[in-house]
Amino acid sequence: MSKSPNIMLPALGVTGIVLGLAYGLSTRTYKAQEAEVAEVTAQAALIRAEASETKVSMLEARLVEVQAEAEEAIAVAAASVQSLTGPAPVANGALGLGRAALPEEIAAWDVDILPDGRGLPEGRGDVLTGEEVFADYCASCHGDFAEGVDNWPVLAGGFDTLADVDPVKTVGSYWPYLSTVWDYVHRSMPFGGAQTLTDDEVYAIVAYILYSNDLVDEEFELSHENFTEVAMYNTDGFVIDDRAAVEYAAWSAEPCMENCKQAVEITRRASMVNVTPVDEFMHPVMRGEMVHDAAAKAPVEEPEPVAEGGVDPALIAAGEKVFKKCAACHEVGDGAKNKSGPQLNAIMGRAAGTVEKFRYSKAMAGSGLTWDEETMASFLENPKGFLKGTKMSFRGLAKEEDRAAVIAYLKSVSP
Amino acid sequence: MTTRRNFLRGAAMGAGALAAGKASAAGPDPLITELQDWASFTGAGVDETPYGLPIRFETDVIRRNVEWLTASPISSINFTPIHALDGTITPQGCAFERHHSGAIELSKQDYRLMINGLVDKPLVFTYADLERFPRENHVYFCECAANTGMEWAGAQLNAVQYTHGMIHNMEYTGIPLRLLLQEAGAQMDDNLWVYVEGADASSNGRSIPMAKALDDVLVAFKANGEALRMEHGYPVRLVVPGWEGNMWVKWLRRIEVTDAAVESREETSKYTDVLEDGTARKWTWVMDAKSVITSPSPQMPIEHGPGPMVISGLAWSGHGQITRVDVSKDGGMTWETARLGKQGDSKALTRFYLDTQWDGKPMLLQSRAMDETGYVQPTKAQLRETRGENSVYHNNCIQTWAVNEQGVAENVEVS
Repeated sequence: MSKSPNIMLPALGVTGIVLGLAYGLSTRTYKAQEAEVAEVTAQAALIRAEASETKVSMLEARLVEVQAEAEEAIAVAAASVQSLTGPAPVANGALGLGRAALPEEIAAWDVDILPDGRGLPEGRGDVLTGEEVFADYCASCHGDFAEGVDNWPVLAGGFDTLADVDPVKTVGSYWPYLSTVWDYVHRSMPFGGAQTLTDDEVYAIVAYILYSNDLVDEEFELSHENFTEVAMYNTDGFVIDDRAAVEYAAWSAEPCMENCKQAVEITRRASMVNVTPVDEFMHPVMRGEMVHDAAAKAPVEEPEPVAEGGVDPALIAAGEKVFKKCAACHEVGDGAKNKSGPQLNAIMGRAAGTVEKFRYSKAMAGSGLTWDEETMASFLENPKGFLKGTKMSFRGLAKEEDRAAVIAYLKSVSP
Repeated sequence: MTTRRNFLRGAAMGAGALAAGKASAAGPDPLITELQDWASFTGAGVDETPYGLPIRFETDVIRRNVEWLTASPISSINFTPIHALDGTITPQGCAFERHHSGAIELSKQDYRLMINGLVDKPLVFTYADLERFPRENHVYFCECAANTGMEWAGAQLNAVQYTHGMIHNMEYTGIPLRLLLQEAGAQMDDNLWVYVEGADASSNGRSIPMAKALDDVLVAFKANGEALRMEHGYPVRLVVPGWEGNMWVKWLRRIEVTDAAVESREETSKYTDVLEDGTARKWTWVMDAKSVITSPSPQMPIEHGPGPMVISGLAWSGHGQITRVDVSKDGGMTWETARLGKQGDSKALTRFYLDTQWDGKPMLLQSRAMDETGYVQPTKAQLRETRGENSVYHNNCIQTWAVNEQGVAENVEVS
């Protein structure tokens, strides 16, 4: 049933009378019926004629009445429905669901650090140690000097840029609290191997990041004892959301509807920068084709799946899925580039540490290994155990079937 | 029995009809006069796709990524194809994704939720425990704080999917957070905070003031009637109505009542708004009123020539209901009030339509939302005047599409 009152009701009423009378006559003889139907039709016509002669104001009055009745009916219905809905009830006391969290469980998960240092574990690490740990775990994305690689975050420098159109927001120039750095490195880094650093390694990395930002000298050691003594540059650089005072009142006037400006000119166009990704599924007009050409365009043919010679396609497909764990750092396929790890096209059968332009650890470059099924499986099972000193911070693939699948996948991209 | 031949023929006919402006003249339409395969042969059986995907013709309706925005797709964002959707509900399969360390597979069996901190009874819940709490249904939008962020610098990306697609709108089923807090005997003073974090490698922790936590925050496990998709936090995510998407922690694993904001990485170094003088606003949680025309737009040119047309778009406000949307065809000199598809839910997307005539002349299309507080969506000039140009987040400016005589739309800025 529609929620809007039906203003067709009076018209339906008249039709209803005619139909009702006609139905009541259905048992009489045909002639009699015919005569009476004619009479009724005439009556109905009369009713209609009278109705049409009735002043417009009367009809309108009736409409208003019907409308009011319908609205009232809807309001009553809505009220009765509303009485059945409501917020989830808050129990008077506990429901007794869940179980007590054990101290060991809380200790395992509750690791956040507050600006006043609460939550910090005991430990220490100096700048020079931090430089080494940073080179192993962080530099592949953040650069040896925390200057950032590709689009990965820059951690150092950027001073006096916050008022620029493109501010460089680093730990030094922007981050207000040191606790945030410790908390984030400890909890979420390194990328692809979170929560694998020891507390002392975290202290050392944080010390090195401070050093990279000229906040401490190279003899500095950071510990739980001196942690809160370190002053950050931008601690006072923040104000709490003041939009209510600064913006809301100013932007809540009744808006202009006519003659709001004298003239309008286009000042910038997206086509001036031309950075929009376009794909084959988009409307052809996105590729610069005219609308009427576009409508006649044939849909794209689906490519036939290509069979892989000799290797189980299901295993390769499984390997491609497992490879997502690697894809944060490694690319394969057409146009694959080195990222924080080397690109892996044709890696199988290749001498380890020889992908061009990739800066390997000394351990990898001097390993003398060739990547075959055996060496790759051992490396993937436990990277740092198999090749001590490797930069690869990945924890390893524990499952044999995952290793086999990834190797099959890497072979499929190793022509 | 390929239907492609017929499909192509149909497409070609359609194009002819478009060029003529009316579906008539050329002769009888073979799609009507000739027996079509689909009208004679049988179609797909009921179990052909146990869980269906859109029909293969809808290839344009997919999430898309802007590769140059981020260093790796594992810590990245993509965009909802809002150009191609109508109504207000976003299907989960095309709702934008934002991951900090990739989308994880976490089963209901392996799921645990801990509540600790300033509570009488630190608790651990299983997924099955959560299903025994009273639950509610609400439709809410989730918008990334960076939505439209690339547009601060000028008109950049030529697609509404890229300029405004970091948003989705779903009906959630979940437990009010206040019920879980009550179950643990949490302290609930106004000066306290609720720190929430996820189970993925990034853990993405955020601090929420107690008043909000007790108001309308949900611990949700269903969206649009079905389980959350992996990329939206299966099995459990937080829903923080009207507030920036980063706070809607996915794979929610821990809720801690604290006496101070944790000042985590995501609430200090990210999701803070640098102003013109280099100071930054923090705790800018609410997403202010905003709207955009989704059709016509660069991906949705006008293909039918002059005559009747529908201008359609979306409006939303983190402060409550959308009460009105105005549309301008001349870059903001004159405005008409649009029709709302239905009265919008609070903190949810509202669909608007302007049923109008196109005279075939160029247009500068804009939309302007108002919410229940009386706030009027600002122009880009107003935002820049107040905040400067070195900001990224919370850009809720009025968007302009320049439509030319061919009906092709481009992202532009106007005076």
